[in-house]
Amino acid sequence: MSIDLIIGILNIVLISTTPLVFAGIGELVTEKSGVLNLGLEGLMLVGAVTGFITLVITGNYFYSLLLSIISGVILSGIFAFLVLNLMTNQIATGLALTIFGIGLSAMLGKKFGGTPIDGLNPYYFIVISFLLVFFIAYFLSKTKTGLIVRAVGENHNSAYALGYNVIKTRYLTIIFGGVMSSLAGYYISICYAPMWQEGMTAGRGWIALALVVFATWRPWRLLVGAYIFGGVAIMQMNLQAIGVKLPGQFFNMMPYLATIIVLVFISSNKLRLKLSAPSSLNIPFEKNQ
Amino acid sequence: MLRKILTILSFLAVFSVSAAHADQKKIGFIYIGPPGDHGWTYMHDQGRIYMENALGDSISTTYIENVPENADAVRAIRKLAASGHDLIFTTSFNYMDQTLEVAKEFPDVKFEHATGFKRMDNVSTYSARFYEGRTIIGHIAGKMTKTNTIGYIVSFPIPEVIRGINAFYLAASKVNPDVKIKIIWNYSWYDPGKEADAANTLINQGADIIVQHTDSYAPCQAAEKAGVLAFGQASNQEAFCPNSHMTSIEDIWGPYYAAKAQAVVDGTWSSEDTWQGFKDGMVEMSPYNTKLLPLDLILEAKNMETAIENGTLHSFEGPIYNQAGELVVKEGEVADDGMLASMMFYVQGIDGEVPQ
Repeated sequence: MSIDLIIGILNIVLISTTPLVFAGIGELVTEKSGVLNLGLEGLMLVGAVTGFITLVITGNYFYSLLLSIISGVILSGIFAFLVLNLMTNQIATGLALTIFGIGLSAMLGKKFGGTPIDGLNPYYFIVISFLLVFFIAYFLSKTKTGLIVRAVGENHNSAYALGYNVIKTRYLTIIFGGVMSSLAGYYISICYAPMWQEGMTAGRGWIALALVVFATWRPWRLLVGAYIFGGVAIMQMNLQAIGVKLPGQFFNMMPYLATIIVLVFISSNKLRLKLSAPSSLNIPFEKNQ
Repeated sequence: MLRKILTILSFLAVFSVSAAHADQKKIGFIYIGPPGDHGWTYMHDQGRIYMENALGDSISTTYIENVPENADAVRAIRKLAASGHDLIFTTSFNYMDQTLEVAKEFPDVKFEHATGFKRMDNVSTYSARFYEGRTIIGHIAGKMTKTNTIGYIVSFPIPEVIRGINAFYLAASKVNPDVKIKIIWNYSWYDPGKEADAANTLINQGADIIVQHTDSYAPCQAAEKAGVLAFGQASNQEAFCPNSHMTSIEDIWGPYYAAKAQAVVDGTWSSEDTWQGFKDGMVEMSPYNTKLLPLDLILEAKNMETAIENGTLHSFEGPIYNQAGELVVKEGEVADDGMLASMMFYVQGIDGEVPQ
């Protein structure tokens, strides 16, 4: 293999993995605070379509990025209100958010499908994604606020008893996760495949969710996991193009299979399970217990 | 899980629209992707709109989009059948068994299954001879490639796709014996990101022409960005890659859909197999890009179109050998439709194996 070929492959891996890193790191923070948001796919699609539409109308990358972020704030804000204040079931609400996002993005984007745009250079986002993982890893382990987020996720009653505002903390982590998903969507429709087409995220939100479990809720492992998933997908394409016969279906299910294996591994032992998953994950918090 | 919920929701949508006039014939469509894909589903939807315009008030149409090719398809098709539709088009190959399953339950409802080969008294099959277009683009690619490497992005290993690869390669290698095609199977019809990855991977491996048999225009866009050439798929994709788009193979379903709907209105519908190409206008080539292609090559391509139309040229003219070196089509003969319809082997010269 020549150097050019290897650089080319790395380049494609970087470009295709970045949305997973964004959506995954956002969801990781949300889950660290004890909330499971299954709405990533919907958030990504709405982020993708709002960014795309704004770019088509204004021709301004900054406005399109801004609108995309705002869409994430609004949608995840609604999700947060439902699960935190009204204490709805997180799984059902998250699924509803995904379905809503798929429908909303399709409706908004109806007139814009097939409008050609000039894509944005993906390298800014790739650099930001690495910095982001670094920042989140530092934030969660070394800063006071980060430790509060983790405390809320481990045991919200104790955190509350210590005087931390559980609801506010979770609002912020949910909105952070929502914005990261929107950015992932924005990246897909503006940089990765510069276009808008319905359902164009094609399940990447679910892979990002699987990734968080695969990483056992640790930022660096998430980055490594994302690049394993992305790298395997691109490598199998390269091997195919060279002429090696591969079971392609197997590679398509790889991320999910790997996640199940990790799940089996961490749940094989109660202590290991306790050390990995946030203990209050998916448990609603009632203030006046 | 999610797909199921979506399917259920789309049923509700179908119910709400189907409160139309009683004497109208109701015609339903099952789509594999969204009508906005500017590829396969888009062209079926264009066909549906053509049919509506042609038949006016005598019909009303509904469609369910994004129906996965699994058990959900049965539910989607059954819902259309149970809600009083007279004619249902299922527009993807892997709806085949699901269409038959529902057709058995509803003998009075007529079904039209695209690109399949299993028929019943109330199930017709129809397809276009896309491979005729693949012969044209193969010829162009063979002459236009400088690296002698052509990247080919495909969805699933089914006869239609493999037939396209073979037709393409036969035409390309005829004018350029050194040509090699690199094939990537994506195992999805529609995933713009993955299609872009595949195109970039092929370009990275030296392909200077990108051919696709998937449904989004991401590959052609990736080609444009990398400065290599490309062919569009299903609809004219020139707008998305003006500097790399040489031509597209277009699927023209409208006249066929209108004819079949008219047959249902008139009560003359019968089960049959339709397989039409250039001759009947079911396959067309988009305008050739005069900025990229030399004039004499465009003329050659147009002459080939005419020759295929009047039968003096066939995409699969013998002698054709398979990869094992066995003669599958004898000299002076052409592959018959039976062989074409079930083609699951590569012709000699293509590297790699057909995935199982």
